[in-house]
Amino acid sequence: MNEGAFEFRSKMRALTDGAVTSLAILATVLVIVPLAVIFVHLVYKGAASLNLAFFTQIPKPPGEMGGGMANAILGSAILLALASAIGVPVGIGAGIFLAEFGRGSKLANAIRFTADVLNGVPSIVMGVAVYALVVHPRIGFLPFTGHFSAFSGGVALGIMMIPTVCRTTEEMLLMVPNAVREAALGLGVPNWRSVLSITVRTASPGIITGCMLAFARVAGETAPLIFTAFGNAFWSSSLNRPIAALPLQIYVYALSPYDDWRRLAWAGALVLIVLIVMAVSLVRYVTSRGVLKGAS
Amino acid sequence: MADRGFHWLMVVCALSIFGIVVLIAYELVLRSQLSWHAFGLRFFYDSFIDPDTHQKSYWDPVNGHFSAVPFVYGTLVSSFLALLLAVPLAIGVAIFLTEMCPKVLRGPLAFLTELLAAIPSVIYGLWAVFVLVPLLREQVNPLLAAGLGWTGFFDNSNPTGLGFVSSGVILAIMILPIISSLTREVISAVPHSQREAVLALGATRWEMIRMGVLRNARIGIVGAIILGLGRALGETMAVTMVIGNSPEIHRSLLATGSSMASVIANEYAEASSDLHLSALTEIGLALFLVTIIVNACAQVLVWAVTRGAPAQAH
Repeated sequence: MNEGAFEFRSKMRALTDGAVTSLAILATVLVIVPLAVIFVHLVYKGAASLNLAFFTQIPKPPGEMGGGMANAILGSAILLALASAIGVPVGIGAGIFLAEFGRGSKLANAIRFTADVLNGVPSIVMGVAVYALVVHPRIGFLPFTGHFSAFSGGVALGIMMIPTVCRTTEEMLLMVPNAVREAALGLGVPNWRSVLSITVRTASPGIITGCMLAFARVAGETAPLIFTAFGNAFWSSSLNRPIAALPLQIYVYALSPYDDWRRLAWAGALVLIVLIVMAVSLVRYVTSRGVLKGAS
Repeated sequence: MADRGFHWLMVVCALSIFGIVVLIAYELVLRSQLSWHAFGLRFFYDSFIDPDTHQKSYWDPVNGHFSAVPFVYGTLVSSFLALLLAVPLAIGVAIFLTEMCPKVLRGPLAFLTELLAAIPSVIYGLWAVFVLVPLLREQVNPLLAAGLGWTGFFDNSNPTGLGFVSSGVILAIMILPIISSLTREVISAVPHSQREAVLALGATRWEMIRMGVLRNARIGIVGAIILGLGRALGETMAVTMVIGNSPEIHRSLLATGSSMASVIANEYAEASSDLHLSALTEIGLALFLVTIIVNACAQVLVWAVTRGAPAQAH
């Protein structure tokens, strides 16, 4: 190979390298810019639409100005409380089983796989399943079943929380050093006490983080609520009746032909985003501090 | 005594996950029996002749004829469009963040992607309806129609701006964070010695990335892409809001359509007959099975790369 060809190839290689670097930077800019635009647009539109009435009033009839989403905020709070009451204990319990009792066993592997499957089930399918199980069941005498209800919406969201809570609980418990468990058992503490007061306690910041992540995830879920909680234009706090929910209201209002309802949709979106950003930032803060700081 | 009770309580919690998934599958199968008996496998490939208009039709709740073909088509087209747009960008971002980015930027950018993955689907939909769709309608679609109209894929006879292109773009934005963060994870799992070996041979940075990193990580990257596909297939709200919801098949990507998830979201609460409900449930069952298979494949591929590799500090 003569000198010139070598020079040429080196130049080409340097050029390719430069081109790829610029392409990667371009891709990053192309991704960051629209995402930042979405975010800024949401905050801008939402802030312009938000007022006190949003938090204190229920929706006005179509065409009338004003009104708010107070009933939807209450509804979301009730749905999320019910979901957490189902998803958190079951998820933590399953996580404890995976990390403390079933480590490496076939059953644990099967459960872990099933949790991942459940995590991947599209939320709309969860809605269909809960509709079949709770809203329109084959056995008709159970309480809360047989019609659209807050209860069915809470069940759908609760089931969706389980896999996230379970897997983070397991991960966090696995990070607790064995010496801590042995120390507790060495003092003659019964196993259940050791698990609950020592291991789970040590990992609790991480476990709470997982619960909050799951909470933030289902807080914005709309699809499973369309034919379970169904939505409601009036105040309702009964578990036995259809109930309004913030994401559901945003969906309905966004597609409505009334400008004032669209305004409320933007305001609702901002409230939801603020809630989720707070949860995610808190999670990041807690995890960056180190999950097991308290233990060392 | 208390120990055994506690142990069994935890086992019950764990088994309940198993129970829930089995129960979901069982109910979906049971509730779609009616439609399965009426249409069989033809539900997924056949069409009907409308008795009134004598034209081909797929979805006719009034006369009780149902076929999932337009919804399967809509789901596939919008998801693949999303992958087409998202994959090159996501891989570019992942490469930039792991191999090129100054350390100061890494944390904030990772946080931003985390945040964007947490934004609910309905909010992406809201933004798409009021910002993205008008933008595509006014600016992009006429250009596509003028430049590529001759292919037949960009016939711009739909004045609304809703349709496959809109849903593909919003889906791409939604799955980008997932694909890029997983790709980042996979790339970080490639041992440093691989990079150093290639660099020691005098490679430029791109040659190092191509030979030392991407070649080792490619299976995991395919896994990340498939996981993104799984997410796109089941995505409901944003797609429902921008796809236009018409149960038809058009060759043009600018036309309106409907996806499997969107038809369930739209019609389930107001289904007109038991057969209608059953047909919608069967679509749900198909979606359930497909996402399970897709996610399982993706998991296996991602594990193949990251398993055994120590978690990297950021």
